[in-house]
Amino acid sequence: MGLLYGLIAVGLALIFGLMDVTNFAHGEFLMIAMYLSFFLFAFFAIDPLLSAPLVAAALFIFGAVIYLLIVRFAMRAKANAGMVQIFTTFGLAIVMRGLAQFFFTPDYRSIPQSWLGGKTISVAGIFLPEPQLVGALVSILAFAGLYFFIHRTDFGRALEATREDPGAVALVGIDKNRVFAFGWGLGAALVGLAGAIMASFFYIYPDVGASFALIAYVTVALGGFGSVFGAFAGGIIVGLVEAVTALVLPPSLKSVGIYAVYLLVVFIRPRGLFGSI
Amino acid sequence: MDKDFAARRRRDLIIAAVLAVIAALTPLFVKDVVVQNILILTLMYAGLSQSWNILSGYCGQISLGHALYFGLGAYTTELLFTKFGVLPWFGMLAGGVVSALIAMGLGYPFFRLRGHYFVIATIVIAEIGLLLFHNWEWAGAAMGITIPIRGDSWLKFQFLRTKLPYFYFALALCCLAWFVTWWLENSKWGFWWRAVKDNPEAAESLGVDVFNSKMGAAAVSAFLVAVGGSFYAQFVSYIDPESVMGFQFSLLMALPAVLGGIGTLWGPVLGAAILIPLTELTRFKFGGSGRGVDLIVYGTLIVLISLALPRGLLSLFSRPKKTGAAR
Repeated sequence: MGLLYGLIAVGLALIFGLMDVTNFAHGEFLMIAMYLSFFLFAFFAIDPLLSAPLVAAALFIFGAVIYLLIVRFAMRAKANAGMVQIFTTFGLAIVMRGLAQFFFTPDYRSIPQSWLGGKTISVAGIFLPEPQLVGALVSILAFAGLYFFIHRTDFGRALEATREDPGAVALVGIDKNRVFAFGWGLGAALVGLAGAIMASFFYIYPDVGASFALIAYVTVALGGFGSVFGAFAGGIIVGLVEAVTALVLPPSLKSVGIYAVYLLVVFIRPRGLFGSI
Repeated sequence: MDKDFAARRRRDLIIAAVLAVIAALTPLFVKDVVVQNILILTLMYAGLSQSWNILSGYCGQISLGHALYFGLGAYTTELLFTKFGVLPWFGMLAGGVVSALIAMGLGYPFFRLRGHYFVIATIVIAEIGLLLFHNWEWAGAAMGITIPIRGDSWLKFQFLRTKLPYFYFALALCCLAWFVTWWLENSKWGFWWRAVKDNPEAAESLGVDVFNSKMGAAAVSAFLVAVGGSFYAQFVSYIDPESVMGFQFSLLMALPAVLGGIGTLWGPVLGAAILIPLTELTRFKFGGSGRGVDLIVYGTLIVLISLALPRGLLSLFSRPKKTGAAR
């Protein structure tokens, strides 16, 4: 499960962590991806696993459009930019939830017979649920890909440079909006992947994103802003802590462990485990 | 400049007094219970937002976890009332003190954090509080507490037949929060807070006690919010963890201040006066459908206002001269 949190967090790590833009609508991006995956299954009988690239591509466009239409303007604010970003993306989240309720109704939906749902695989006598396993694999791949992308390509360097100093970047001919729109698209595409995989074994409803969003923020902050590897480590820690807490405390308290560990970590290291900002 | 400032402060006080009198007279004309309800909530959120503004606006420590203090106020009052028969008035005070103490206790580790790390920590601590109350059997767990009805009386702060006393209490709370802000704005603390917000390092080097000024702001802010929580509990006479400590309260306290003008004296009042009736009306008009239209309208408004007026509605009225003191 930890790697699944990681997978949800990886997109946020890019948007929130690397570009330093607050996105309170991250959970709603996840929700949209899950619905997309559901409808692709319901109408065209495409298994979530196969539709994942499609969903990711759709969310790429969605993320970039949201950036260009809304977030771009929120970042322009000179006075209290942080609050403007928080409330703009929060308002966006409410709208998305409302729209989902309007078009899809608040009913719980699920994908009944997917390739992954409910199956287990036995490795050396230990039974592992398949969806989680695939999620873990995809998550590792996504992190590795993002890490490579940020540290080894020109685009990754442009992205970090743009966050550091948009003015100087403009002087050397990098279009800030193009770089950030691409970054938002990529972040959304990653959460699209997460949504497609989760759709095969999790209930889908308009508020589903909210329950994962806070854990995703905690994961990113635990690992430290500005670090892809940190978010990955954060995801693993969050998963482990949750599993351990669930053993000691009643299940309804399992998130308390995660939150407590976050507080503990930032009290000792105010910038998270591997943070640079 | 100094003279201008003093004149402005005197004018603010007069405007506030006039507004308070007008507000106090409205129940003479407004008999509709639904409207009275909206007025009470508007005044309550204006007061809450004003209190939130002390820590987050003036001192610049953005908290999205004030629901914790709101809930603590509500729970302290009602636990004392239902389990030990302590009158809500004392419970209110106790809730305020408990919250202020907890805010200061949390302040020790929290105020070392900066930026997003701080904001997330405040959200997380409120969420922990929510989950703990959810599982605390003695405090009613997820079922919450239903406040027993003991008849109309000011002594027990309970009124069944009329909402008017609640209205006047909410008005008093709002005025109190405003007055505390007004008073602190021109005190040593007020200047320290603004210095801490703008540049903590520079403030520290000039002899401002950064840590203690944050603690002071947190304590005042938490105390007032907890009193608001106690009031709310008596007003709705039923509380459960989600309905007094949910994340939405943290946002509803922050939103009016942000929309009106964060870190300003009038921002929270103005923001609440517009936002809360709007919220209630959209819910009233579109909420019945159960199809989320109210959410769509409400969310769109938030996006539009925060994009169009990043410094809040108050920036529409401000002349350049005035901003010197406000920011």
